[in-house]
Amino acid sequence: MEKKGLNLTLKIWRQENAKAKGQFVTYQVSNISPDCSFLEMLDILNEQLVDKIEKPICFDHDCREGICGMCSLYINGRPHGNDTGITTCQLHMRHFKDGDTIYIEPWRSKAFPIIKDLVVDRSAFDKIIQAGGYTSVNTGGAQDANAILIPKKNADLAMDAAACIGCGACVATCKNASAMLFVSAKVSQLALLPQGQVEARERVTAMVAKMDELGFGNCTNTRACEAECPKQIKISNIARLNREYLGAKFCS
Amino acid sequence: MSITGLFLVLFLLFHMSMNLVAVISLEGYDMVCEFLGANWYALVGTAVLAAGAVLHIVFAILLTWQNMRARGPVGYQAPNKTETEWAAKNMFVLGIIVLGFICLHLCNFWAKMQLVEIMGAEPAQGSALIVSLFSKPLYVVLYLIWLTALWFHLTHGFWSALQTIGWNNNLWIPRLKAIACVVATVIACGFAAVPIYFFFFYNA
Ligand code: HEM
Ligand code: SF4
Ligand code: FES
Repeated sequence: MEKKGLNLTLKIWRQENAKAKGQFVTYQVSNISPDCSFLEMLDILNEQLVDKIEKPICFDHDCREGICGMCSLYINGRPHGNDTGITTCQLHMRHFKDGDTIYIEPWRSKAFPIIKDLVVDRSAFDKIIQAGGYTSVNTGGAQDANAILIPKKNADLAMDAAACIGCGACVATCKNASAMLFVSAKVSQLALLPQGQVEARERVTAMVAKMDELGFGNCTNTRACEAECPKQIKISNIARLNREYLGAKFCS
Repeated sequence: MSITGLFLVLFLLFHMSMNLVAVISLEGYDMVCEFLGANWYALVGTAVLAAGAVLHIVFAILLTWQNMRARGPVGYQAPNKTETEWAAKNMFVLGIIVLGFICLHLCNFWAKMQLVEIMGAEPAQGSALIVSLFSKPLYVVLYLIWLTALWFHLTHGFWSALQTIGWNNNLWIPRLKAIACVVATVIACGFAAVPIYFFFFYNA
């Protein structure tokens, strides 16, 4: 069956570089297939712009299958658009109606400065990981996987936390631009496993200090992060982070 | 924030139990007032409470200010559509409403009772103050608005404080929210009972 194409008005944030003043520019796209992904829709627009010898719109993307965390975009007031548990590359145009106006904005956070147009610099997350989100082990021949026994429950919780792809949607939607969900996932994935115990106290203290230093806001438990996380990371990880943090502060 | 908040909740529970004495017996209430006049233990209690309240407010202002700056130089154009609880996003505004009424309440009662006694004069009679204040519909309505704001503040604040000190997991989150709702409702209804009783049911 032939599906009706969508005609849309796009209001897209354009900004030449980090220092320049940005503004919204209005574009029209027509006959967009509802089966097309949101990023493909932007590809179509960019091809039209290139044809007209205009500068294409810069936006982040890589895998286009929801696993890398590169795609971003704050679409009509929601990071990754109007659906839950997905990234922008997994958002389809069938979520929009013919004639819709769509606001497309970059992630807004003091800690994520704009590089160009819709592309923001998320290396603040890398800095948090560098502060402590690792275990120091000697590399060499891998030992038998069953040499360290881990309860199934902990293995599952650690795996759930490790699903975080570092996309930054949690920061983007949080009214406080807090990075607590991300940091809590990265602390939890190690705190739940025996290998993570050795450096547990230093890790949580250093990662939280780095997060604060980089200018992320404070968590007030609004749960907006949890609602928008494409990997559905739960705020119970934030409670675990708080336990780890308080434990590290009181016991050292 | 969470520790001072929980401390204020404990105080409210204590204060509410005292108030409910007034519904049962006005003489009993006056005895409680006398017991908590300007003696050393009541004064120490008041000082600790005031410190807790001031800390809570100072932290609230600092936290809210930092959080507003964390968005960066440019905000979003499209209003946020993420589904969250209303109270969670309006804690500061709710807190300011509660604060405004705390001031009014201190003028209504504390200034005429403990403060007068500290200054060395004879304090007003607690029961008489209640009876006269809550015979005026304006004050009954004002106090009920206050308690509604407080209810919202606590439905979020109470479980949020427990989450902040690390007491939560996937199983407990619905339980904590239910407990928060019960605590907020008990406190709000417990306080509301006094103005409602004295306005509608009390005949001098
Ligand atoms: C009787 C009075 C009050 C009680 C019992 C109370 C209780 C609480 C509790 C339990 C919390 C949660 C703490 C956390 O999430 O860690 C909280 C948070 C908060 N309170 Fe209060 N509070 C009171 C008055 C006020 C006042 C007067 C203000 C403001 C000027 C205020 C502003 C805030 C703010 C901004 C937050 C934190 C932000 C958030 O979690 O979203 N509160 N309060
Ligand atoms: S916690 Fe979720 S929303 Fe936040 S960075 Fe990780 S995957 Fe993205
Ligand atoms: S492009 Fe990789 S998650 Fe969207």
